Amino acid sequence: MEQRIAVLVSLVLGVLLIGVFAYVARTASATGNAEAMAASSARWRRTAFVGLLLVFIPAIGFSLTKMPYSSGDAPADVVVEATGNQWAWKISAPPIAVGQRVEIRVTAADVNHGFGVYDGKNRLITQTQAMPGYTNVIRHTFTEVGTYRILCLEYCGLGHHTMFGELVVTGGAQ
Amino acid sequence: MTAPARALDAPVVTASTESQARGVVALYAGITALVFALLMVFGLLMRASQAGVFTLPPDRFYQILTAHGIGMVAISGLGGAAVMWYFLSRYVALSRGILIANLVFFLLGVVLVLGAIFIGGFAAGWTFLYPLPARSVGTWSAAAAATYLVGVVLVGVGFLLLFLDTTRAIISKYGSLGKALGWPQAFGNSTADPPPPTVVASTVASIINIPAIAVGAVILTLSLVNALAPGFAVNALLAKNLIYFFGHVFINSTIYMSVIAVYEILPQYTGRPWKSSKPFLLAWNATMLMVLAVYPHHLFMDYANPTWANVLGQILSYTSGLPVLAVTAVATLGYVNRSGIKWSVTAALLFVSILGWSVGVIPAIVDGTIAINRVMHNTLWVPGHFHIYLMLGMVAMQFGFMYYLASSRGAADTALDRAAFWMFVLGGLAFATVFLASGAMSIPRRWAVHLAPWIGLDRLGAFFALIVVAGVVVFVTKFLTRARSISA
Repeated sequence: MEQRIAVLVSLVLGVLLIGVFAYVARTASATGNAEAMAASSARWRRTAFVGLLLVFIPAIGFSLTKMPYSSGDAPADVVVEATGNQWAWKISAPPIAVGQRVEIRVTAADVNHGFGVYDGKNRLITQTQAMPGYTNVIRHTFTEVGTYRILCLEYCGLGHHTMFGELVVTGGAQ
Repeated sequence: MTAPARALDAPVVTASTESQARGVVALYAGITALVFALLMVFGLLMRASQAGVFTLPPDRFYQILTAHGIGMVAISGLGGAAVMWYFLSRYVALSRGILIANLVFFLLGVVLVLGAIFIGGFAAGWTFLYPLPARSVGTWSAAAAATYLVGVVLVGVGFLLLFLDTTRAIISKYGSLGKALGWPQAFGNSTADPPPPTVVASTVASIINIPAIAVGAVILTLSLVNALAPGFAVNALLAKNLIYFFGHVFINSTIYMSVIAVYEILPQYTGRPWKSSKPFLLAWNATMLMVLAVYPHHLFMDYANPTWANVLGQILSYTSGLPVLAVTAVATLGYVNRSGIKWSVTAALLFVSILGWSVGVIPAIVDGTIAINRVMHNTLWVPGHFHIYLMLGMVAMQFGFMYYLASSRGAADTALDRAAFWMFVLGGLAFATVFLASGAMSIPRRWAVHLAPWIGLDRLGAFFALIVVAGVVVFVTKFLTRARSISA
């Protein structure tokens, strides 16, 4: 869902901007009154500023309600402990069922790692950094049965790309 | 006896000092051109290896990754400094000795960094994320880590000297940094001519870089001690904050220095001088403050970082680049629109650079949204957006500057130049778009070996990288063949 929003927004606005620049480039060899152009620019600048404010304020406000840092949630049904090491994940593997509230406590034993949770379609569904000296907590409810792969998303040395782990989510409540 | 009063916008250079400065700047630009080409070849090698065209061993891949990253950041600074110095020296009295000293520190630092990477095997990434330099699992030595860190410090020392000198010269001419930022015109009722855009942008670049480099020196030194005496530890979260503050501000400043080329050169084609309007001054002042505080957007996935800092990071991600960008982009369109411009590669590169900067900011802002960053952070979406606004933005500004220097010595555009322009622009856009598509497919960044489902996009990326490199080779060859006459 988030990936689609990212692609859609970037594509639409990017194409729009390219179109505007291309139009101006194509008509630039003609001549016009410089003062009129300056006045037009000032109008466009005001319009752009107001337009961006109108888009940004609700976008920021709404998106900040979707932050992954919630701390006051209901207690987790399952707690997973995950520690990043160069270059392997050490993950406690309690049974996880679809619909359960899962708390994944992520830390690192040596350097920074990134704990990325990928679904069966190789799509990143959530992540946090694994940091020495800190425990970052992911709270997530899995909605599909399957094996979720853990990939390292913070460069951690020459074995970075070999750091795989997994979480198995089953159908029935345990 | 007092010196006669001189108008603030009066030239401060003589023909001989202009010629001397042109020589050093041409050397800066020549080195920049060569290093850009070399590092783009490094990028091509990485994408081709991920695509399975050939196989780079992981240790070599990550060494090249480290060299590509630190090299691009440093050389972008050098190229940006060339643009800034070249034009700023028309308004304030800069020290040519400091310009040379910066280059000497830069080259000394580069020798150490390259030695650390390709002899010592250092491969901790350009961000030297603490405590990775000291913890390589035996794949590089503490000496290699120390050599890299000292090398980066040396490069930083050179830039610090340069920015201290630009700050000194600006204060000496305008009386205060506030006046050089146009405060009397922006916030007061002054009817005096505001400082020219070059001075405003240079003042901002100087002000933000001094604390950034100082903070960089602190974390580099702490990492150095940690590498040599692992018992000495630093808080990992604090270290991240310091690294990203330094890195974010420095790389953004390379755009701010390079955009001076647009302010100074494009008007020569449009016949419409770029003015420091009140919105222009307000925008640069706003951006100066916000760029210093926006770096927590690199730490969204560090849940332990204070939430208020990350929220601030998101809000400022949306707002920080926009004042300058919106003002510059709208002004560029306004100045070029029906100006009767005769397009050349110089003008086209500068025009496109503002497009690249603008377009690249969109996926960057999208990624600067915490809820989206959760599934985009450290995927290839990230190099996707920064390759647009850095390669098609900042680098295009610098190549535009180089073409300007070359054309000022009578080098006319050829069909090959025009072909190279389109290869760079279209190839670059396609190359970065493949990165974005890869990120949307959750492919992680900085992986030496890619999984089978990712290879198709990697091949496309490598193909477009090859096109970009081909275009850049033409740019660089053109500039270097003219460099001698530029410095004459």
